[in-house]
Amino acid sequence: MHVSLRGVTRLYPARAGQPELHALGPVDLELAQGELFAVVGPSGCGKSTLLDVMAGLARPSTGECSFEGRRVDGEVPDGIGVVFQEDASFPWLTVRDNIAFGLRQARAPDDDIRSKTRYALEFMGLKDFANAYPAQLSGGMRQRVCIARTLVLKPRLILLDEPFGALDQQTRLLMGDELLRLWRETGATILLITHAIDEATMLADRVGVMSARPGRFLDTMETHWPKHRDSTVVSSEAFGRLTGRIWTRLRAESLRALGHQQAGA
Amino acid sequence: MSLPGLIRAGVIVFLVGMLELLCRTGVIPSITAIPPSAMAEALFGILASGKFTQDITVTLRNVSIAIACAMVAGIALGTALQSLPAVRRIFDPLFATYYAVPMYAFYPLLIVVLGLGDLPQIAIGFLLAVVAVLLNTLNGLDRVPRVLLKTAQVHRLGPVRTALKVRLPFAAPYIFTGFKLAVAYSFIGVIGAEFITSNRGIGYEIAFAYNNFDNRVMYPMILLVLVVVISVNMSLHHWEKRLLERRRR
Repeated sequence: MHVSLRGVTRLYPARAGQPELHALGPVDLELAQGELFAVVGPSGCGKSTLLDVMAGLARPSTGECSFEGRRVDGEVPDGIGVVFQEDASFPWLTVRDNIAFGLRQARAPDDDIRSKTRYALEFMGLKDFANAYPAQLSGGMRQRVCIARTLVLKPRLILLDEPFGALDQQTRLLMGDELLRLWRETGATILLITHAIDEATMLADRVGVMSARPGRFLDTMETHWPKHRDSTVVSSEAFGRLTGRIWTRLRAESLRALGHQQAGA
Repeated sequence: MSLPGLIRAGVIVFLVGMLELLCRTGVIPSITAIPPSAMAEALFGILASGKFTQDITVTLRNVSIAIACAMVAGIALGTALQSLPAVRRIFDPLFATYYAVPMYAFYPLLIVVLGLGDLPQIAIGFLLAVVAVLLNTLNGLDRVPRVLLKTAQVHRLGPVRTALKVRLPFAAPYIFTGFKLAVAYSFIGVIGAEFITSNRGIGYEIAFAYNNFDNRVMYPMILLVLVVVISVNMSLHHWEKRLLERRRR
């Protein structure tokens, strides 16, 4: 297995009048090499915590997470790329320098940086904006910059935390197509976290449905899409059936999460 | 030029013109002030004669040293303190009251410790400037979004590289504000210190001329300080605007 999680939980210790928070788990999950796995769940269910643990940005409180047979523990292993929901472009660098950032940090040779950056600019449709600063771009474009910055490092596992969450529906569908293209081209394993059921169904090989906090996997379903697919699968009959099934599973959990939020508010 | 700019220029021209008129007609006696045109003329004369060239270079050099030291120390201390929250909590109240301390009161002490040369002047300029740089560095570093720090982690940057490649570049506009303050405070510190005890420098020459009722030296030298400080500040302002234009979100 490319990635495997066994009995992973994450607890936030009690502090300053706040009781201990059980954010995640226990979670068991196995991702096969080259798989596109989507996670849907109600808001606040610990999806982002799951991503942090898998990326090595947070330690699991119990259980174990491993990537390519090595234990991930509080440090980001080589070969993992992450795209966050928030804008993570560096405002002081041009688009080109943003994309080259990781390569420079890895001290890649100059020609290598130039050719890879040029390719990524082209691939993500950013060629005309190479010398622009992020402030001059729209939110969707900035997210492309972040994806390109991850892409040039050729990660073998890409973790995406609601990367299209801040974008409008049409841009999201198109970005979804681009994600599929990128996935086929790189052969990377992808974990996509999203709150959009249609997005998960449309893009993934398998969709994991998470419960309200503490997040656990309630169900995992296979979509059986062909490898060469695009956003037009939304018009297929199977798409409706799958989203229906996910929503049936998710509805009660979303209500519970909503209850939490209202009680908390 | 914009309308506010035109009005501003008009106000300045009017005030200078009024002063010129009042001095020329003798309403303001020449023992009190000399006409602005005479100040400018005398300043050109002084600069051309080279009489005070050494004083001017000494002052500008000492101010530059004070600014440079304040920048290096302020940024380094700010970065260190930001990564040590426990230490920072100890010192925070001191920074808040720092500018309530009249730095010049320490001048005798500084002379005893640092001697009679340029060091006491530089020290006062530095002491006035360094905390402004430090506070603005801290302010900028506090605002680095979490997601950028996570991005640094994902790129496997250690703490030092994270500071150099992510935290400080993000904080740059705030540090620039600190730099502008450092420039102003260093001029105040160095020239003020030259007034009190020193045997050279622009501040010393102004004080010397003042004691001798020598308005034809005192006013031109004050004018020189004004011109230097205003042109330095305007170019910094211009530079800052260009820096911020790219980053505006």
